[in-house]
Amino acid sequence: MASSVHFPGAVNSKFTTDLAFEQPSTHPAMPTYRVMDSDGIIVDESRKPSDISNEEILKWYKNMLTGTGPPAIVSIMDLIMFDAQRQGRLSFYMVSAGEEGIAIGSASALFPKDVIFCQYRETGVFQQRGFALSDFMNQLFANGKDNGKGRNMPVHYGSSKLNIHTISSTLATQIPQAAGAAYALKIQALQNPNMVPRIVACYFGEGAASEGDFHAALNIAATRSCPVVFICRNNGYAISTPTLEQYRGDGIASRGIGYGIDTIRVDGNDIFAVREVTKEARRMALENGGKPILIEAMSYRVSHHSTSDDSFAYRAKVEVEDWKRRDNPITRLRKWMEHQGLWDDEMEKEARSQIRKDVLKAFAQAEKEKRAPLRDMFTDVYEDLSEESKVQMKELGRLLDEYPGEYDVSEFEGGRKGLDEPAEQ
Amino acid sequence: MSIFPYMLGSQPVYGDTPRTLQTPNLFQAINSALDHALRTDERTLVFGEDVAFGGVFRCSMNLAKDFGSERVFNTPLSEQGIVGFAIGCAAQGMKPIAEIQFADYVYPAFDQLVNEAAKWRYREGATGGNIGGMVVRMPCGSVGHGALYHSQSPESLFTHIPGLRIVMPRSPAQAKGLLLASIACNDPVLFLEPKVLYRAAVEQVPMEAYELPLSQAEVVKEGKEVTIVSYGQPLYLCSSAIAAAEKDFGISIELVDLRTLYPWDRETVLQSVQKTGRAIVVHESMVNAGVGAEVAATIQEGAFLRLEAPVQRLGGWATHMGLVFERFNIPDATRIYDAIKRTVEY
Ligand SMILES: Cc1ncc(C[n+]2csc(CCOP(=O)(O)OP(=O)(O)O)c2C)c(N)n1
Ligand SMILES: [Mg+2]
Repeated sequence: MASSVHFPGAVNSKFTTDLAFEQPSTHPAMPTYRVMDSDGIIVDESRKPSDISNEEILKWYKNMLTGTGPPAIVSIMDLIMFDAQRQGRLSFYMVSAGEEGIAIGSASALFPKDVIFCQYRETGVFQQRGFALSDFMNQLFANGKDNGKGRNMPVHYGSSKLNIHTISSTLATQIPQAAGAAYALKIQALQNPNMVPRIVACYFGEGAASEGDFHAALNIAATRSCPVVFICRNNGYAISTPTLEQYRGDGIASRGIGYGIDTIRVDGNDIFAVREVTKEARRMALENGGKPILIEAMSYRVSHHSTSDDSFAYRAKVEVEDWKRRDNPITRLRKWMEHQGLWDDEMEKEARSQIRKDVLKAFAQAEKEKRAPLRDMFTDVYEDLSEESKVQMKELGRLLDEYPGEYDVSEFEGGRKGLDEPAEQ
Repeated sequence: MSIFPYMLGSQPVYGDTPRTLQTPNLFQAINSALDHALRTDERTLVFGEDVAFGGVFRCSMNLAKDFGSERVFNTPLSEQGIVGFAIGCAAQGMKPIAEIQFADYVYPAFDQLVNEAAKWRYREGATGGNIGGMVVRMPCGSVGHGALYHSQSPESLFTHIPGLRIVMPRSPAQAKGLLLASIACNDPVLFLEPKVLYRAAVEQVPMEAYELPLSQAEVVKEGKEVTIVSYGQPLYLCSSAIAAAEKDFGISIELVDLRTLYPWDRETVLQSVQKTGRAIVVHESMVNAGVGAEVAATIQEGAFLRLEAPVQRLGGWATHMGLVFERFNIPDATRIYDAIKRTVEY
């Protein structure tokens, strides 16, 4: 007698006479992979990072300092920009304090040709891939040198040179897009055997993982075997909403299992572990024609959600202070570097002062740049300006001409002239 | 020209009964309406992203504390989930008031709103099933630095949909009365709150509950030569422009607040244009296929012979809300003044 009938929807399911519901609570939580503990000590010597030069590690460390940084330790760019927002020199800012290890560690394992989709709290990914301080500052000050032409809110970076799509504020929309982009890479590699196989890496928060788009993305990526690595930053909060009210079950990692996706949970404060896991995920994603991988990187959002948020309205200050004291990706790596004799207080002081100088220089430069020309309000809606847009540009021009006292256009490149249609090529 | 020359709403909105007045801003007025709904009807539920601690715009402050986490709660981060959930609650006799954190993020719920909420009563037919208890609130409009995804006013996407009632208040007193009417209404209501007014707009509001009629426009200011039809935030710009234009051109201008954008009060608008013979429609949302197109076409159909100038439509240009271009993108008092001038000089 057959022990199963191969129902098409669950071919390997065996019959049983045991009436038992599967109870998620009886399954042990998925373990969290780590290499180094919070004192910067390698917990398993066999897992010691061996393929990375000390030079590379020092670079990560400096990137963590530059890109972000917990206020307690001195965040360099973050602290400066947070203050700039408070002074009204910037409309908005978001720090990624506490999550630098995830961004830098994962990005360090990706290839420059890999394609990336971000949420918004991954400054370190841009930093690690070579987004220059001037690139950050041009975007933050929305000047004419910003890739986004000053159209997007601060921190919505993008760079075609670095293969990172421009960030959109709408949560989770990038996740199914990442699956599609990975499918494109897969097909392109099949059609052109000379092409180096590439993957897509897609970042998002545990809050965003509640959106329908997340579920659609995992399912379609699994069914189409897309070479995509989904990297969830689980930092415990979505604005004020703690994970307990965001989901039940074993975190975001358990979702991966449900969709038939190879999944791992990693200590996001351990940059070595994050790097190793991402490196392995990348390798697996390209195996046998490709498949999706899910990484859930655990951390804690040390900062307020953004400059518009005061998190002490919904969480206790001690909770945050405890976290800052207990664990932090930057301090962890610093301790490790100190154990290795690679770093000391003097070097720390010097690095901080140099980074601070560099940031302030880029800041001052970007702040005085002109904005994109006024016509860029209308361009890029379509490949070519529509007839309607051309008429509207003329109408706006007429208003500017008739009421010059009401409009100051001096901050825009070319002033009033910058509204005119570009000359036909 | 200043944006808030005076508050519109000078006429009492609450009849002759003596009231205890307070002077809240718009978010506090919303809060007071939600508080009343929760207090007086145990079927009322209030939920959405980050609602429990008071919401990112503070509209639900203290409600979870006062009415308990069974009735006021955070949802997971999913707009389609929130609206579908609200529809289900309403279908089973509750009165859900769901919050979408920003109108820019309502699109994941588009299917639930357009295919489900709007068609529920029609589909149920003789079963009598309806989801009239549902209200979906969402902050909308620009604030000066919201860029592509924190500035949108998507009302015209919904005014295309019979079955949904679309409401946008202009001030605290209007917000409270219209929200309470929306909650009492037996049809699903989308309630769009101009977020720039949450803190900026302050006026006298009765502490007691009161309702303002849905689908009824209000003549905020009477006039003889031009009718301006608007709603929400631009009403303040209209009133600055009107003050300047009346002085400069020696005319008087009527200002109509639509208040409910669908089904809308065609009669009040047509009556006004029959009187003045000139009309301008102003809204912040893009002009293409906007509310203004519908209003202008209705005026053209219903008052053609009375018109002395083409109906003008002022709205955001047909583009996205680029961060640094925002103040050139949406109508300002100057553009409205200019439209008045061109209309009277036509
Ligand atoms: C579709 C959509 N809904 C709501 C929002 C408003 N919003 C912005 S960030 C955020 C919380 C996101 O939390 P999470 O994904 O955990 O990322 P984190 O901020 O913790 O990095 C919310 C609700 C949005 N941007 N997009
Ligand atoms: Mg989060």
